[in-house]
Amino acid sequence: MIRFRADLPFERDQATRFVPWIVALMVFLGALALAATTAVGGAIDRWDNNLSGRITVQVPADKAGPKTLTRLAETLTETPGIAQAEILSDEATRALVEPWLGVLDSDLELPLPAVIDVETEAGAVFDVNLLTDKLTKIAPGVIVDDHRVWLQQLIRVARTVEWVAFAILGLIGLTAIAAVIFATRSGLAVHAAIINLLHVMGARDAYIARQFQMQAMMLGIRGGIIGSAAAIIVLILLATMSAGIDVALLPSAPLSLAQWPLLIIVPIAAVVIAMATARVTVLRALAGMP
Amino acid sequence: MLRFENVGMRYGIGPEILRDINFALEPGSIHFLTGPSGAGKTTLLKLMYLALRPTRGLVHLLDHDISLTPRSELPHLRRQIGVVFQEFRLIDHLSAVENVALPLRVANIKQSTIDEHVRELLVWVGLGDHLDAKPPTLSGGQQQRVAIARAIINSPRLLLADEPTGNVDDRIALRLMYLFEELNKNGTTIVIATHNEALLQKFGHPVLRLNDGELDIVAGRAERLEAAS
Ligand SMILES: Nc1ncnc2c1ncn2[C@@H]1O[C@H](COP(=O)(O)OP(=O)(O)O)[C@@H](O)[C@H]1O
Ligand SMILES: [Mg+2]
Repeated sequence: MIRFRADLPFERDQATRFVPWIVALMVFLGALALAATTAVGGAIDRWDNNLSGRITVQVPADKAGPKTLTRLAETLTETPGIAQAEILSDEATRALVEPWLGVLDSDLELPLPAVIDVETEAGAVFDVNLLTDKLTKIAPGVIVDDHRVWLQQLIRVARTVEWVAFAILGLIGLTAIAAVIFATRSGLAVHAAIINLLHVMGARDAYIARQFQMQAMMLGIRGGIIGSAAAIIVLILLATMSAGIDVALLPSAPLSLAQWPLLIIVPIAAVVIAMATARVTVLRALAGMP
Repeated sequence: MLRFENVGMRYGIGPEILRDINFALEPGSIHFLTGPSGAGKTTLLKLMYLALRPTRGLVHLLDHDISLTPRSELPHLRRQIGVVFQEFRLIDHLSAVENVALPLRVANIKQSTIDEHVRELLVWVGLGDHLDAKPPTLSGGQQQRVAIARAIINSPRLLLADEPTGNVDDRIALRLMYLFEELNKNGTTIVIATHNEALLQKFGHPVLRLNDGELDIVAGRAERLEAAS
């Protein structure tokens, strides 16, 4: 571990023992939160591209005669805000359910509902209930599936997850700041005699504060290394796990290759916060000396 | 150099330990500061090296009225004062060289300059064989020499010593006094706190005598002889 030659014998301080661990926790959670945010952000983008602007209308198999379907499609196309309505072929419908039901034997007499794929105009707002009523008159039992509502909820959940992650990170950050303040204050008390001596020799407050800053930097770096290492291990595990599962809706990998370097920001931020906290704490305490 | 006007000092809400202290030290002078134990010698020295602010009165140091001097300028004044503390106050985890180097480090002097001067001075006070020794491994007399080297490393204009002869035998006390006189001849203003009456008699320097919180100034032997003739 890197050392610096301090005028103050910090290595005997008890109160600093737990600082690296709190910083490590902060860095660990910070890295995970950052990874989660970028991953969720990426997933949301993909959902937006894939799903937005689409409504699916399902017609029960027994009502799905060609005439009914055509009338439904016409009604839909006439509705303001709808750009296009396409009756999916039997094969296309089978392909849709494949992820859930597996490859279906086309001879199998499983009554699949007919599906009309509706493309909405950008930014169009619908009353799905109204639309459903209108369509029910033509074909009782239709189900209007507005992905956008579902997607909006999903996005809301994802954003909430992000906020919670950052709120927890913020709390840990505050805990780390409190820990550094506590360690610094107790350091000031433990080393009061030497600090007094340096003061009397003509040391400026900044000189004494620098000693504590360097100490905080060392503790921060120690915690940063531990926390980053733990986060990297977890993220690599997640990446290899999610590589095995191909689920379109889930974030594919926690971080893309280009995003990994972002993680260095977290420990650096932690070290800077620790140093700044120590500096401010010392300067405020020393301001009371003659 | 240093002037006190009507200085009073009390700790917190305690009694006034020093009352109406008035004196002035000429540049290049050497004084003893004496008085019974608890008379306030250490307190008076602390006021001189700006470790305490007086509760009342004026302290003039190196052309500065301390009460009017911004706090940010005080370090510069403190660097021109060397202090030999009664209990030495060496830092145990630093070597002799590092201890003596502290006043220079604190003043942001270049490390190469520091190394050169510090070693030279430690050799001069007879600690050439103990440059890297930690204070706890040194004898009392050796620790005191480290403390003195630290006090004079930055060529202070004012040197204050608090009972420097208190913990050493007579032979070392005498050598110490000769060392102080040597520094004084080179222009350093010196105040030595002591309650060793024999030392006062032997050296005959002017004396600041504290009694009951008040200060009397007794002229030195040289001045008295001059006045008599
Ligand atoms: N930090 C302090 N707080 C309160 N009282 C103190 C403090 N330092 C010294 N005193 C009191 O001030 C008086 C003078 O002490 P001091 O200056 O150390 O005397 P001396 O050095 O002449 O023995 C003593 O009564 C002592 O108890
Ligand atoms: Mg004393």
